[in-house]
Amino acid sequence: MDKRYPDKPDTVYFFGTCLVDAVYPEAGMAAIRLLQREGVRVVFPQNQSCCGQPAYNSGFPDEARAVARQQLDTFTRDYPIVVPSGSCAGMMKRHYPMLFARDRDLSRIRAFSNRIFELTEFLVHVLKVKLEDRGDPIQVTWHSSCHAAREMGVTEDSKNLVRQLKNVTLTELEKERECCGFGGTFAVKQPAISAAMVTDKIADIRGTGAGRVLSGDCGCLMNITGAMERGKVGIQGQHIAQFLWERTNG
Amino acid sequence: MGDQTFSFEKNVETALGDTQLRANFEYAMSTLYQKRKAVFADEAETERLREVGNAVRQRALSKLPELLEKLEKKCIENGIQVHWAETTDEANRIILKIMDDHRATRMVKGKSMVSEEMHLNKFLEEHGKEVMETDLGEYIIQLAGETPSHIIVPAVHKNKDQIAKLFHEKIPGAPYTEKVEELNALARKTLREKFQHADIGLSGVNMAVAETGTLCLVENEGNGRMCTTVPPVHVAVMGLEKVVEKLSDVPPVLRLLTGSATGQIITTYFNMITTPRKPGEKDGPEEVHLVILDNGRSAILKDPELRQTLQCIRCGTCLNHCPVYTRIGGHAYGFVYPGPIGKILTPQMEGLEKTGGIISASSLCNACEEVCPVKIPIPELIRRLRNESYDSKGSVPGHGYKWNLPEVLVWKAWALVNRYPRLNELAMKVGGLFGDRFPKIGPLKQWTRVRTTPRLARHSLHELVKTEGVDHE
Repeated sequence: MDKRYPDKPDTVYFFGTCLVDAVYPEAGMAAIRLLQREGVRVVFPQNQSCCGQPAYNSGFPDEARAVARQQLDTFTRDYPIVVPSGSCAGMMKRHYPMLFARDRDLSRIRAFSNRIFELTEFLVHVLKVKLEDRGDPIQVTWHSSCHAAREMGVTEDSKNLVRQLKNVTLTELEKERECCGFGGTFAVKQPAISAAMVTDKIADIRGTGAGRVLSGDCGCLMNITGAMERGKVGIQGQHIAQFLWERTNG
Repeated sequence: MGDQTFSFEKNVETALGDTQLRANFEYAMSTLYQKRKAVFADEAETERLREVGNAVRQRALSKLPELLEKLEKKCIENGIQVHWAETTDEANRIILKIMDDHRATRMVKGKSMVSEEMHLNKFLEEHGKEVMETDLGEYIIQLAGETPSHIIVPAVHKNKDQIAKLFHEKIPGAPYTEKVEELNALARKTLREKFQHADIGLSGVNMAVAETGTLCLVENEGNGRMCTTVPPVHVAVMGLEKVVEKLSDVPPVLRLLTGSATGQIITTYFNMITTPRKPGEKDGPEEVHLVILDNGRSAILKDPELRQTLQCIRCGTCLNHCPVYTRIGGHAYGFVYPGPIGKILTPQMEGLEKTGGIISASSLCNACEEVCPVKIPIPELIRRLRNESYDSKGSVPGHGYKWNLPEVLVWKAWALVNRYPRLNELAMKVGGLFGDRFPKIGPLKQWTRVRTTPRLARHSLHELVKTEGVDHE
C-alpha cells in the first residue's frame, strides 16, 4: 500500500463522519482532544456531513457523488484531513478517485484524497504520539474494520497505540481479519447472514476473555455492541479515541 | 437457467439453520484458508505473482477474438476439431452429436464447471446416454443427486460420515465403512470399471494456449488423465475466456491457480493436451474435440469494467475467504457459480432480475479482492451491478429491475440532508430528541432482529465542537 506521511502540521481538518456525529459524538470529541494535545490546531468545518459511502455501496453513485462533493467543497484548504474511521477514510482516499473518474475535477479530487488520514495512523506516523497510561489494569481486544485493514492498512497502527498503554493487555481475536457483518445497508438487506456473522464475531470476542472490545470504526461498534447488548453479553465496546483519551487524560 | 422456485432468502435461512452444514463448511474453508496462507507466505512475492497473473489475463482479454482464432487454427493444425457454441443448448447438442456419430453411449467425465453451466449430464441422460462423473467429489454429489457446492471441492458440504452412508446406500454391494482409504477404494473400483468401458471422455480446460493450441488441465486424482486418454474420443469444453496467449503465460497462472485453489505448489497431475493419438503412439484418444462456449461471455467482454469478471481462473479462493459463502455454502446461491465470483458472474450471464438479490449478499469486506490471484476488483464490480439493478439506462441484462420510487426517494432525501447543512442540523436535532425510541419498522426491524436500537446522541458532534470551543468555521 502506497503510504506517504507529511511532517507535523500546525493545523488539521477533522472530518467527524456521520455516524460519530449522530451516535458517538463523544468519540469524535476524544479524537479532537488527542490531536489538540499534540499541539495541533483542529478545525471542524460545520458544513461537513457524510463521506457518501452508504449510497455508493448501495448502487446510488449519483447521490454518493452529490454528497461527496459537499465534502470536497467544504475541506478546501491544504490541511490534512483526519478521520476517526478506517471505512470513511477508505471511501475518501481510495474510492473518491474512482467515483469521480470521469470528472473534469479529478486532479483536485486526487489532491483531496491524498490529504485523508485515518486517526490512528495520523497519531502514530505524523504526530508520533507517546501515550502515558494512567488507568487501572484492563484486558481488551481489538476489532479492525475490513476497510481499516484492507483499504487503509492501519490495523497495526491502531493496535500499537493500545500497546503503548502499560496497564492494558491486548488479546487479539482469532479471526481478526473477518468481517463483523455490518457492511452498512448489508446488515438490513441480508439480516440473517449479517446476524450469523456478528454472532460469530461476538463468540470470538468472548473467547479472548477481554472485558472490552475496541475499534476504530463506529459502524462495526454499533453492530457488535448492539448485538452484545441484545444478547446480554457483559462486554463493553468503545471507540479507540475515547479509550485512549480516558486512559491518558487527567 | 435457475430453478423457478429459487428464493435466495429461503435458501439462506435453510443453510444457516443447518448446523451440520455450517460445521462442514467452517472446517473445510478454514483448512483451505490455512493451506493457501502457507503456500503464499511471502507477501511481496505473492503480490508480484498476482500482478503477473493480472497482466496475463488482461492481455488475453484485450485481444480475445484474435487469440481465439489463433487457438482454433493451431488446434486444427494439431488435429483437434474445434466447435463454437453460442448457448449452452448449442454446446449440449454438439456433444450429443459427437456421441451419436460414434455410437457412443457411455461417457466418463472429469471435473468441468462449464459442463455444470450447461447442465450437460441432465441433457445427455435425457437422450439416453450414461454419464459418469469421475472426480471423487463430483462422483459423490452425482450419487447424491446434487449439484456442486464449491467450484473446486464440489462435495465440500458433506463430511466423511455422510459420504460413508451415501456410498453404503448407493453403491451396490458396498459395505458400510467410515475409513477414508476404504471409501476411496470403493469409488476407485467403481470408476476403474467405467473408465475401461467408456466410449467417450469429457474434460474441462483450465487454460488453452493460443500460441500452440495446447489444452491445459489441472487435477489431483488422475481421473482427468484417464478421461482424456483411455476412451477413443475426448471432448474438452471451455468458456471462451479461458485462453492465454503464449506458452510462457502458463507457469505463473498455474502457480497462482494451484496455490490459490488448494494451497498446492503444483497439483499431482498437470495435463497438456495438444494432439490426438499420433500414428505409432500407444495411447491417447483417436479424436479430440474442443467445444468453446460463449453463453453471455462476449457480451461481458464488451464492457471494459465488467470485462474484468472474465479474468477469473476459477480457483475458488474467493469462496474460501468469503464470510458470506463460508456461512451459507454454495447451494444457497441457486446457480452454478457461488460465492463472490458467482455474485458478479451469475447476474451478468442470467440477468440481474433472475438472481434473487444475491448481489446484496456482500458486506463489501474486500476479502475476495485481497486474495484474488488475478486481482479482479470484485467489490467494485458488485457496486457496479448494484447500480445496474436500479439503473434503467444500464447495460447488464435485467438492469433497472429493482428501481422503485420509495427506495429512490429515500436516497434522494438522504443526499439532500447531507448536502444542506441546515437540513442536516435539523435532522440531527430531531433525531437526538428521539434517542432510540424509534418504531421498529423497515430497516430498523431487520437491524433489531439481533441488536438493540442505536441511540442517537442528544447533541451531535457538530454541536459539541461549538460548546467545547473547537475551531468550527
